[in-house]
Parts: sequence; structure tokens; C-alpha cells
Amino acid sequence: MARKLKLRIWRGDSTSGGLKDVTVDVNEGEVVLDVIHRVQAEQMGDLAVRWNCKAGKCGSCSMEINGKPRLACMTQCASFDEDETITITPLRAFPVIKDLVTDVSFNYKKAMEIPAFEPPVGMKPGEPRMEQIDVERSQEFRKCIECFLCQNTCHVIRDHEENKKSFAGPRFFIRIAELDMHPLDILRNRKKTAQEEHGLGLCNITKCCTEVCPEHIRITDNAIIPMKERVVDQKYDPVRWLGSKIRKREGIL
Amino acid sequence: MANGVFSSSRAQISEKTLRTDKWWLQPLITFSVLVSFIIYATFRAFENGNYFVEPLISPFYSPCLSTECVQGASLLGTPFGIIHIFGMTLSPALIILIFPLGFRMTCYYYRKAYYRAFWFSPPACAVAEPKEKYTGETRFPLLFQNAHRWFFYAGLVFNVLLTVDAILAFRNPEKQWGHLSVGTLVLLANATFLWLYSLSCHTCRHTVGGRLRNFSKHPLRYKAWTLVSVLNHKHQNFAWISLFGVAFADFYVRQVATGAFTNFYFF
Ligand code: SF4
Ligand code: SF4
Ligand code: FES
Ligand code: FES
Repeated sequence: MARKLKLRIWRGDSTSGGLKDVTVDVNEGEVVLDVIHRVQAEQMGDLAVRWNCKAGKCGSCSMEINGKPRLACMTQCASFDEDETITITPLRAFPVIKDLVTDVSFNYKKAMEIPAFEPPVGMKPGEPRMEQIDVERSQEFRKCIECFLCQNTCHVIRDHEENKKSFAGPRFFIRIAELDMHPLDILRNRKKTAQEEHGLGLCNITKCCTEVCPEHIRITDNAIIPMKERVVDQKYDPVRWLGSKIRKREGIL
Repeated sequence: MANGVFSSSRAQISEKTLRTDKWWLQPLITFSVLVSFIIYATFRAFENGNYFVEPLISPFYSPCLSTECVQGASLLGTPFGIIHIFGMTLSPALIILIFPLGFRMTCYYYRKAYYRAFWFSPPACAVAEPKEKYTGETRFPLLFQNAHRWFFYAGLVFNVLLTVDAILAFRNPEKQWGHLSVGTLVLLANATFLWLYSLSCHTCRHTVGGRLRNFSKHPLRYKAWTLVSVLNHKHQNFAWISLFGVAFADFYVRQVATGAFTNFYFF
């Protein structure tokens, strides 16, 4: 049974743009991405939208629906009131290219700044043996589908363009945490660089990344706060600091 | 200059947020509850009275460390004399205040709560924050949040002392053991909530096992970490419950001390 759905879709590019009203049919069980496709097919032939899997697994269809960063393919039309107008805009933390498509290359740049897994010297692929409990924590972070909703919501860069150069963002804090918790990774300066190069200190643990993550990764509790604690271990623990000063003076270190 | 969501490269939308739900409700509740607590706690800390009535002591005044303390209230002696500031006698509550206050101010959960509700940084997710500049916790004074673990350790000492206070409340006003009153239950509940708050703390989780790389090499610490992780999931709840617990325990002792309530004894 089809009913009508009122939408306001942002149309435009990097120079100008605005919200355009449309009314479209919606069938039972359909998600927002379905109705966007219907609008594209019937009313706005040139509407730009990025998508791939329609199963919440590719992370392509990230946009903002009624102001909330979400995956369009995982947002049920039935979750809105019948007379409600649904506002759909592109992600608001990244430069817009056209309509609902933004330029998320910021994230790819940040990904490249994080050194890859570094196995022990001489260890060959296929050799490592690990117990499940040692990799469990990292596995939670491997669920990430790189939708960048967390990056988009994080106020550190969403509200402050100038922080983009010094802030890797929640998606990459879970990457750093994954590697720092990895039993076989031998790079020992990940905590220090997290704080000094990737902007961990800019995060004020207000948890919006966790709130929007479609994979329900507990980004703040399981990655960011543990990383902050690890940084405290190294940088702000007075007892350790004093100990290292004394050892240096005595020539032990 | 336009910044944030209004930067020139972003999609041109004039609203700070397009959220249609009541996103302002949560910060408003947080703000109101915390402000009420601060007002009540300030009044009580300066009141310098009605905090002890055998065998109950208010958690705001325990341990009572100054010669100003009423008789019987000082479990650990009185290392501090009477201190005057601007002609006012310093209440014994203020001497110890820095520890519980510092613990909660640097708590990861309360940080989230007050950054959102008081600083609007951000007020809610995907709602633009009003301030132009933002440096997070990278410099003084917010860099100081990294001292949380020291307050955590101090908090454990306070938990022990408040547990002792609860045990001492198994006496009657004549200091005979083996009695149970409503006051005993109130102090016991307060101590329990405080332990749950401390044990569920993120620093606790890190200390017992979170900092390890190889859980398999430390089975006991892994077990402890697993248990603390379960509590940690509820840290926010324990943060609020224990806050109400402390306020209520103090309120109860005050009411008994002023004579407004009679401390009912079950036996
Ligand atoms: S918790 Fe930190 S990283 Fe996550 S959204 Fe908030 S400020 Fe950004
Ligand atoms: S952590 Fe979650 S929100 Fe962030 S990119 Fe990965 S799946 Fe998306
Ligand atoms: S289309 Fe793949 S996550 Fe939505
Ligand atoms: S994180 Fe809340 S008390 Fe430590």
C-alpha cells in the first residue's frame, strides 16, 4: 500500500544550493534510500546520491536525515510520522560536491598518516599465533564500515574547519587503538603520536561518534578513553615522570 | 568569518541544526540537576553544623579533620586547627572538598555531561556549538583532566572511610553495637553506590587490565578487567545514583541532627 511522503532534499553544489520540496510514493518496508531513488527516477533525474550495497555494509549512503547523520539505506520510512516532512541533506562536515554527495577525501588522507601494523622483525606471514582473548578488543574495531558518520558528527572538525589539519577523528582513533592493543605490533610510539600528531587531546569525549556509529562500535568507551589513559601512563603520570627523570640522571636509561 | 558548518566549502544551509527531536532536553536536565546539587552542596558545606549525630555522620563532613569539628565526629583526629578566611571560619567540609569534587570534575562521564550542558561543546550531536575557537583538552586548564587517576586513588580512600562510617552506624546513640536504623541503611547504600561508581570508573578499568596487550598472559587481570568492563558499561548510571546517594545521605543526617526526623531503629 503506497502512501505519500513529503521530503525536503538539499540540491546544489559548492557554490550555492538549497532545500527543495518533493512528494513521493512510499511502499511498506521501504527505507529512505528507496524513496530517494524514486525521486531520482521520477522527478529529479540529475539528483546525485552515493550508494552501493543497500545493506548497511558499504558505508556509502551516509547523509543527514532530519539533521541526524545516518545511513539512508538503514533508515526506515515507517519510523517517521505520516504528516512529517523529512529533511535530507549531505554530510555537513565535509565539502559538498553535488546534492547529497560530499568529498570525504579528508578521511583517506588521515588514514594514510597512521603507520600500518608492524610485526616483529623476522616474523613471516602466516606465522603468528594468537589467542582469541588477545584480539577480541581489536575485533570490535574491525567492524567499521568506513561510513565516516562519526567523523562527520565530531564537533572538533564539524564546527572548526581549522582543526582538520591536526585531528585524525574517531574513526582513526579506533584504528590507533586497534594497533596499540595488538599483541604483536612492535611500534611503541603510537600513544605519543596519538596525542601529539593525531589530536587525541582535542577530543572531549562527548560521545557523538558513539551515538551515530551504525555498527554500534563503542568508540569513546573502548578506544578513545583507553587511549587517553594510555597517554596518561606515558605523559602525565607524575610517578612515572619522576621515575624516568631519576633514571635518566642516574644514567640508567 | 564563517566557520564550521557554515564554511564556504560545505553545503549551504542556514540552520545550526536540522534536528527535529528534543535534542535540548538532555542537556537541560543535566544542567538543572547539577546546578541543584551544587546549590545544595554549597549551602551544606558552608553551614558548618548539623552534620553529626551519634552514630551518623554526613558524607560531606567525613573525615572531619579540624578542631572545629563537633565532638565525636573526628575519626582520624584533627590535624587542622580552626582556619579563618576573611574572618569566616572554614567549615571542615571545605578542607576535604577538593577530593570528591576533583574526582567528579575529572570523571570521563561528568566531563561529557558538563561539556555538553554547561559549555555547549557541543550542546548535542550535530548541533553547531556557539564558540568560534576550540582546543579541547590539549592545554591548561583542561589538560588537567589527565590527573583523573590521582583523584581516583584518593576516592578509594574516601570510599574506605565512608564504609567505616556505615559500619559504625550499626551502633545506637549510646555507642552499643548490634543495632540497625534507617540511618545505617542510608549510609550503607551511600557507601555501596560510591564503590560502584569507583569500580566502574574508566581509570579503574584501565588499571586493572586495560593497559595490557596480552590478556592471555594475565588471566587474573583479564578476569578483573572483564568484570570491571561490565560495571563500566553502567558508569553513567552509577555516577548519577551515587551523586543522589551522597546528597540524600547528607540530607538524612541533617534532618536527624536538627530533630526534624527521628532515626528509626529496627532493633
Ligand atoms: S567523543 Fe571525541 S571523537 Fe567522538 S565525537 Fe566526541 S569529540 Fe569527537
Ligand atoms: S566507526 Fe562507526 S561511524 Fe565511524 S566510520 Fe566506522 S562504522 Fe562509521
Ligand atoms: S548503501 Fe551501503 S551502507 Fe547504505
Ligand atoms: S571515569 Fe568517571 S570516575 Fe573515573
